[in-house]
Amino acid sequence: MSKVKEMFATDLWNEQVNVRNFVQKNITPFEGDSSFLCGPTERTKKLWSICREAIKEEMDNNGVRSIDTEIVSTIASFEAGYIQKDLELIVGLQTDELLKRAMKPYGGIAVVEKACSEQGLEVSDRVKDIFRNYAKTHNDGVFDVYTDEIRKYRSLGFLTGLPDNYARGRIIGDYRRLALYGIDALIEAKKTDLAGLVGPMNDEKIRLREEVAEQIKALGQIKELGNTYGLDLSRPAESAQEAVQWVYMAYLAAVKEQDGAAMSLGNVSSFLDIYIQYDLENGTITEELAQEFIDQFVMKLRVVRHLRMNAYNEIFAGDPTWVTEAIGGKLMDGRHKITKTSFRFLQTLYNLGASPEPNMTVLWSQSLPENFKKFCSQVSIDTSSIQYENDDLMQDTRQSDDYGIACCVSFQEIGKQIQFFGARTNLAKTLLLAVNGGRCEMSGKTIVEGIPELSSDELNFDEVMANYKIAMKDVARVYNESMNIIHYMHDKYYYEKAQMALVDTNPAINLAYGIAGLSIVADSLSAIKHAKVKVVRNEQGLSTDFKIEGEFPCYGNDDDRVDNLAVQISSDFNQLLKELGTYKNAEPTMSILTITSNVVYGLKTGATPDGRAQGVAFAPGANPMHGRDKNGAIASLNSVAKLDYKNALDGISNTFSIIPKSLGADEDVRRENLVTMMDAYFSKEAHHLNVNVLNRELLEDAMENPGEYPQLTIRVSGYAVNFVRLTREQQMEVISRSFHSNM
Amino acid sequence: MIRVHSFESLGTYDGPGIRLVAFLQGCNFKCLYCANPDTIELKGGKETSIEEIVNMAKNQKPFFGKKGGITFSGGEPLVQAKELIPVVKALKEEGFHVCIDTNGSILNDYVKELMQYVDIVLMDVKHMNNEKHNKLVGKSNDRTLAFAQYLNEINKPVWLRYVLVPGYSDDQDDLHTLGKHFSTQNNIEKLEIQPYHHLGSHKYEHMGWKYELEGVPSNTQEQLNTAFNILKPYFKEIIIN
Repeated sequence: MSKVKEMFATDLWNEQVNVRNFVQKNITPFEGDSSFLCGPTERTKKLWSICREAIKEEMDNNGVRSIDTEIVSTIASFEAGYIQKDLELIVGLQTDELLKRAMKPYGGIAVVEKACSEQGLEVSDRVKDIFRNYAKTHNDGVFDVYTDEIRKYRSLGFLTGLPDNYARGRIIGDYRRLALYGIDALIEAKKTDLAGLVGPMNDEKIRLREEVAEQIKALGQIKELGNTYGLDLSRPAESAQEAVQWVYMAYLAAVKEQDGAAMSLGNVSSFLDIYIQYDLENGTITEELAQEFIDQFVMKLRVVRHLRMNAYNEIFAGDPTWVTEAIGGKLMDGRHKITKTSFRFLQTLYNLGASPEPNMTVLWSQSLPENFKKFCSQVSIDTSSIQYENDDLMQDTRQSDDYGIACCVSFQEIGKQIQFFGARTNLAKTLLLAVNGGRCEMSGKTIVEGIPELSSDELNFDEVMANYKIAMKDVARVYNESMNIIHYMHDKYYYEKAQMALVDTNPAINLAYGIAGLSIVADSLSAIKHAKVKVVRNEQGLSTDFKIEGEFPCYGNDDDRVDNLAVQISSDFNQLLKELGTYKNAEPTMSILTITSNVVYGLKTGATPDGRAQGVAFAPGANPMHGRDKNGAIASLNSVAKLDYKNALDGISNTFSIIPKSLGADEDVRRENLVTMMDAYFSKEAHHLNVNVLNRELLEDAMENPGEYPQLTIRVSGYAVNFVRLTREQQMEVISRSFHSNM
Repeated sequence: MIRVHSFESLGTYDGPGIRLVAFLQGCNFKCLYCANPDTIELKGGKETSIEEIVNMAKNQKPFFGKKGGITFSGGEPLVQAKELIPVVKALKEEGFHVCIDTNGSILNDYVKELMQYVDIVLMDVKHMNNEKHNKLVGKSNDRTLAFAQYLNEINKPVWLRYVLVPGYSDDQDDLHTLGKHFSTQNNIEKLEIQPYHHLGSHKYEHMGWKYELEGVPSNTQEQLNTAFNILKPYFKEIIIN
């Protein structure tokens, strides 16, 4: 610790594990423009070309380059792996070979076996024997306990994407802690915590003691992982290169142990900047080298891989890993957190080309420096690889200035708080329960008891609403039950000991529920209220179609008559969730987010009263339905901005696609207009915006000639994907979305 | 009440900054290349109140930033000049920046009053050669030129717009005439060359109209550059939209 103490301004962080305090005391906010940035070095270019080659092989080989079927991945398993050792300034791979995927059977052995067999490989007999006969997995635990009701909700598509056969992810370790303190100090701190956890020995206390004990073991294994690469992680990092390396090692430990859907990085750029700034001021590194550290770090984040079944692609398309890095925002004391390293992270999108990972997320505040805003805008226009979240809103509401984004859009205070991922429920399909007496419109099975048949096939708003409330209440109940089971079992059989070792003992927890289909619900209710809607039924009496007479306002046109319905439904359902007890007393939150499951949700949902036909994809996240926003992009943004963040604290995702010309006639105007739009959208207390600046023709061409677009990146709901990695169906869905065009 | 065909909330081509563009129903011209033929019919459109428009503008205000505002386009907005007066007055009272996008063919007392409240006039000149103007629009260009003269007299800022249709309005002599004519008017802040596109042609089919410019290609970059270079010396600022 001694050297670090001399390098930086000391304060609370020297007495306790407190990275936020370190950042506050030592950050150098940067007001300048992007002209200081450097391009890629020869080493970087060479390394990245090797990676690109490997990625191409992966694509050509059914999306997987290779799988290790012998070794179960743990923090310290596998020999050291390199891209090309002599060129690497930042080292470490998940396995001993670039893009080789590893088995993490604690989530479920059947899933691992399937993922391997889909690639023509077989899990080794030894591993099969262990996990079939001796070790129990998360998946086993959940399905031992699931009720018939939950199984029914799950198989019929009322609940989708539940993390019951894959790892839940979403937890963000404070990976900075390893760099600032080193393993030994972190072990000491956890040992002190453990010693303080004394009687009475109830369930809760025993569980926590076991968790902390696991965390201490994990820290020991992280030290071993460092040894594999010749790094002494027992002590703090003492240079910029070490700081980047140490943070990466902590993250690497997490993605070796866990294959959670989303494995966010946190908010490391402002932290790393302090070390880089120190080295630059002392002349020990150059700007070129500083950029090289970041480029190489980001390169490593881009080659993180998990072993997935093909079916996983339905809900999370394009093999995402959600290495989400939150950049920027401001401090509680009013200073902003833009540093030169904020720029350096975004610069990787030029130095290495566009990419979906890491999931670059700019925490936008009205008070960020104009130079940075302009740079973001330019990068968005050039790469479509950034998403934006409203820092002013989140900081005011959540009262923290040291947070990251879990998965796509969800606030998480770093090191103080975690969240339990809850996938989502289908509120559009739930609405159909209200017109079908509680029966599933596709299978005819009774889902919710006690919903009366409608008095007439001509829908009456009050009657449908009353039924809908009954349906939502029951769906919320079953959803809650499934969540409690899943997270109980995940803790028991697949505990995230590496990540939790880098989080305070006994942190606050959010239970992150989600909803899909909000725009369809709003438009359907609007149609019922403002036009005449008649149900068409089959011989079983189930709705198959809806005949609409007259006009009705659609969500996405800045029209309160319908937008307020969307606001109300999100508030109502959130309220229902809040009333239900949770495992570990987690605080319920809710997202309006779909990932790419909007496509599969559409397939599982019959025709809806808004005129949407059976099987048609939902709009992603909180977006208006495709083509219904008739008044242009800003009216559409205004509608989404009305959704209240307080009712959806897990996040409100909006994906905005626009053709470049619609932003203005020339580059300067486009850049300026995009900044103005972002300032305006967030001034209206909107939460999140994915920005795509692309021509539809480009995407159509990429569908036909994928080989020519290996790095074409497009933002979907809350993350970004390589467009060419989407299935054809998903590509078509993206292309059919509203591309705002004012031409 | 004004009759509105449609709104575009993200207008980036009709005046400075980001603008709410109201396309009003009805036009007294029938240009061969009209991209919005569905706005020509004088009847129809949605009756829209002053309050509705002011509310829309208020909802969009943050998006206008320092430069943006509202633009009335069409159709030909000055067909409804009388009805526009109270609307534009109300918008000005709320501090909004207002543009009118016009073909400049209507100049009556209502228009004159309206001009007092408007910040910038976006004025389309279809052609400088009267005969060719007639062919393109079905009317003489006298009124447009007189309107431009009036705007100069009252010193109203104008952005001049010129659609460059290959074979119809890109003759080099005509471009020089355009430049010379307007170079003497101090109120012209800039010239916008509008490339010709046939994005509206599918609407003709839908409406059962014949698209007279069938087969006319979009401008080549070279054609645009040539026009740009010819016109550049005559104007304070010139852009290709």
